[in-house]
Amino acid sequence: MSIRSQLKLRPRADQRPAAPVAAKMVARGVRVSYGAKPALKGIDLDIQENRVLALIGPSGCGKSTFLRCLNRMNDTIEGCRVEGRITLDGEDVYGRTIDPVQLRARVGMVFQKPNPFPKSIYDNVAYGPRIHGLASGRDELDEVVQTSLKRAGLWAEVRERLREPGTSLSGGQQQRLCIARAIAVSPEVILMDEPCSALDPIATAHIEELIDELRANYTIVIVTHNMQQAARVSQRTAFFHLGEMVECDDTEEIFTNPRDERTQGYITGRYG
Amino acid sequence: MTDLIERETAAVPPAPVRAAGPRSHYKGEAFARRLRARHAAERRFRRAGAAAVAVAALMLVLLIGSIAARGASAFWETRIRLEVALDPAEVASGNYTAPLRRALHAQFPQVTDRAGRRVLNDLLSSGAPYELEAMVARDPAMVGTVRTVWVRADDEIDQLAKGHYRRDLPEGERGLSDAKVAAADALAAAGALAQGFNTTLFTAGDSREPEQAGMGGAIVGSLLTLLVTMLLSVPVGIAAAVYLEEFAPKNRWTGLIEVNINNLAAVPSIIFGLLGLAVFLGFFGLPRSAPLVGGLVMALMTLPVIIIAARAALRAVPPSIRDAALAIGASPLQTVLHHVLPLALPGILTGTIIGMARALGETAPLLMIGMVAFIVDIPHGLTDSATVLPVQIYMWADSPERAFTERTSAAILVLLGFLVLLNGVAVILRRIFERRW
Amino acid sequence: MQPTLLALTLVLLTVIGFLAGRSRAAASVGGRVAELHSVPSYHGLYVALWAGLPALLLFVAWTASEGWLAMQLVLSGLPDRLTAGDVQSLSLLKADILNLARGISTGREPDPAVAEAARRYGALRDLAGWSLLAVGASLAVAGLAWGRHRIGPDLRARPAVERVVRAALVVCSLVAILTTVGIVLSLLFEALRFFSIVSPADFLFGTHWSPQVAMRADQVGSSGSFGALPLFAGTLLVTVVAMTVAVPVGLMAAIYLSEYAGRGMRTWLKPTLEILAGIPTVVYGFFAALTMAPAVRAAGEALGLDVSSESALAAGIVMGVMIIPFVSSLSDDVINAVPQSLRDGSYGLGATKSETIRQVVLPAALPGVVAAVMLAVSRAIGETMIVTMASGLTANLTANPLQAVTTVTTQVAALLVGDQEFDSPKTLSAFGLGLVLFLVTLCLNVVALRVVRTYRERYD
Repeated sequence: MSIRSQLKLRPRADQRPAAPVAAKMVARGVRVSYGAKPALKGIDLDIQENRVLALIGPSGCGKSTFLRCLNRMNDTIEGCRVEGRITLDGEDVYGRTIDPVQLRARVGMVFQKPNPFPKSIYDNVAYGPRIHGLASGRDELDEVVQTSLKRAGLWAEVRERLREPGTSLSGGQQQRLCIARAIAVSPEVILMDEPCSALDPIATAHIEELIDELRANYTIVIVTHNMQQAARVSQRTAFFHLGEMVECDDTEEIFTNPRDERTQGYITGRYG
Repeated sequence: MTDLIERETAAVPPAPVRAAGPRSHYKGEAFARRLRARHAAERRFRRAGAAAVAVAALMLVLLIGSIAARGASAFWETRIRLEVALDPAEVASGNYTAPLRRALHAQFPQVTDRAGRRVLNDLLSSGAPYELEAMVARDPAMVGTVRTVWVRADDEIDQLAKGHYRRDLPEGERGLSDAKVAAADALAAAGALAQGFNTTLFTAGDSREPEQAGMGGAIVGSLLTLLVTMLLSVPVGIAAAVYLEEFAPKNRWTGLIEVNINNLAAVPSIIFGLLGLAVFLGFFGLPRSAPLVGGLVMALMTLPVIIIAARAALRAVPPSIRDAALAIGASPLQTVLHHVLPLALPGILTGTIIGMARALGETAPLLMIGMVAFIVDIPHGLTDSATVLPVQIYMWADSPERAFTERTSAAILVLLGFLVLLNGVAVILRRIFERRW
Repeated sequence: MQPTLLALTLVLLTVIGFLAGRSRAAASVGGRVAELHSVPSYHGLYVALWAGLPALLLFVAWTASEGWLAMQLVLSGLPDRLTAGDVQSLSLLKADILNLARGISTGREPDPAVAEAARRYGALRDLAGWSLLAVGASLAVAGLAWGRHRIGPDLRARPAVERVVRAALVVCSLVAILTTVGIVLSLLFEALRFFSIVSPADFLFGTHWSPQVAMRADQVGSSGSFGALPLFAGTLLVTVVAMTVAVPVGLMAAIYLSEYAGRGMRTWLKPTLEILAGIPTVVYGFFAALTMAPAVRAAGEALGLDVSSESALAAGIVMGVMIIPFVSSLSDDVINAVPQSLRDGSYGLGATKSETIRQVVLPAALPGVVAAVMLAVSRAIGETMIVTMASGLTANLTANPLQAVTTVTTQVAALLVGDQEFDSPKTLSAFGLGLVLFLVTLCLNVVALRVVRTYRERYD
């Protein structure tokens, strides 16, 4: 089944042409290199508020690298250099005034492989609020944990077993736990790095629905290998190729009417 | 499916509500304050880590530094110049003490009383007559002539010359009489006191007299012990590793052997000493203090180390090499001997050298099997009584004389030198043969 | 002399066997070696094994029993007045004979009968040596001939040789088991003899330790007392001091090296720390006695404390320094085994590095760290030289680290250094202590190694 037909088969309620939406984050001329090896060659991209932006492209095209620039996760990698300008609400995230700790609280992240901490389910979710001092008391913390788990659609499954280790959950549940963990610190943007690649189709469907719901409150950027997934969950899609951003447009536009030949080739499965 | 999700969706509550709203929380003054505190904690933690490393490094410097400072001077010894007249009659009767004393007294014509002369006699090492005897044996023409010879000074004079006695202290606290200090100073003023490289330290066996004590016997004992250790533990260790890694079926038996080897590697060394005492000395009746027994005990002790290292090296050889050899019709044994073992050899050698270094520095088990005896002779065989370098250090460390402290430190420096050499060889081997698949 | 000669003969015959077997194998098929079941060199090895192995086994068995047999023969020829004594005087007699036979003076004029016995013993050993040479050499020749006789195109030489080699490999891997069995049996056997003299309860819970046994048998009242509790307490005290130094420093150093230090720094600092692990314990003992103990004493006096010149504190600190690299390298392993994804998860939530380490990495690595600490404790308990040289022999039941204490290992060493009678409770008590030491460290090691293994499996 081609993507086009799929898009037509699954019309979305809000597929109206994009009204001008405020850009939550803006990237201009972002270049990244690991040692001497360039990974990104100048990316310009706007990330719109309360939208899901999908980053697609073949392996090694730099989409995960770009994602990790947005909350400065690349800082933890030795020999990684980032140039260019990325702003969050107009503030330079690589500037002096922003602390990476504060930035990462505001720009949360969900990883490819579910990585719950070796703690109880409760402590996993409470970890962020605790370190940031978001809750002033036991009751308040309980409330944050409960709300976050509910928003991640996990509450019903774990309410009886909050004291059990997070690793005792199934893969899909673990990933939703990680999403709950990210939500608990009340981020403004959530970055997701192939969040479903380690999950089975049912768990994937769960997460995709969840992403759609979260859009109401958060700005979401998702990296995916899976074009159907990009088509299903995102409103805008950016196509990356060999460290460059080839084009970025409304998802429907990209999949039905790509302007660039490389995009066309990728989405029709000629390479990737 | 969709229904389920929609039901859940309906239950989704609004974003977590807080009085000030969590998002603004990150921009508030309270959060900034908290952030500063967290970064301060971060810096403290990081500093604690650096401090831990610094403490460890400082201890290393302190350890090596204090020993080097104490031991460096032991590589020099003080000698006294004498104009010795060798009387043929005295030489014939083996009396080499008299000519030396005459020569010494001649340098101090003003000293005529017995007590004063005794002080002078004590300036010379009690081994000096033997030195003279050896000189005469080398050059019989000396007899009947007057020659200038340099003989070893007593350890107290040696220490005084090296500045290890505090001259400003009163006689009683200094531990060395004023008369001796004055005599030594007179010799030094006359140019009859000089320092030279201390060959005795390396060639002589043990002695009660510090200036005559050397670690020659201990070095030979260490080498003999290490030789036995190596001859036993290396082949057996490699063979055991080859069997366990390449041939052994994975069952409870081999599991037991594996657990056993890992535990054996962590058994306190002194227990191996007890084993040696009960089995090799008590049961088999092997001689006490012999390098043979020491080597046996050390071999059992280093065996697990070598097996573990050799197994790791064998495991690092990729299975594809085994498959390739087996596929061209080699038997499993041929595969291992011709293909796997040569590739793993550098790793095995490195592990072996490290095991040997450990055996070289080990002391406790050798105390149990009598290698702690006072042995003057340099051992010539595996069953001669012997001691080893670390045990020699232990025995010298127990001696009260100031000069022995210096010699102990020097012996430690020599032992550390050997260890550096061994480890250096291991590092170089690893560099040369480092291979990545 | 004769063993060397025999060894040379055996080597020579083995080489001859190899060459003979190889050429005969080739000759048996007229040079068309492809018709052989195995290549000629395997036939050579086959013959060489036949030549060398039986003779070697004989050599080992013979040497193990020869001395004992000769001694029995000599003893049976001695008059009863000499051999009638108890075990102790008999072993003294044996030692005299051995020493005289080797030409070592016993320091007193020997009994003529003993001197004669020593001469006979020497002669017997000499005779035995020559006959071993003769028998061994003929066995080797016979083996060579037999092996060569078997060679033919159909001989499955390679499997035969491989069977022998595999058997040898198995024997080698059993040496480790034999060592453990040897340790357990020797400790158990001697300790049981000790416990038949001193009751285990008195030993384990007695509070008075003074192993000096009366020299004469009728001095019952002054026999030694073997209450080992002060020793256990002393060991515990020194171990606790050592761990308070080694665990925080070692763990923090490991954290710093694996999480903070840059690559360049790490390549220098890690080997530097490893040097500490390679320094012989006797060197640490010397350092403890000569540098640390006076320093601790001076520091204590400056603070107005009464510090013994051989304090548990000094020995413990130096032991802790020795164990730092042990703790740090084991911790480094377990910390590195914690997957990066967990760290990423924590950083992604806005945690600082130290928060991540303390709240995510360390809890995840906890089992491994605990196991590392257990191994370090086992190491501290078993360490001998530092405490022997720096903490003294006073059996002191105290929890004050400023006082002198003695430890299990110190006492084992002190009891067994120098000449000792094999049957006195004083000597045997060392084996009792050794047994306790072995069991305690064994438990620690078994549990720790198991924890480490399950931990590794979890993150592999």
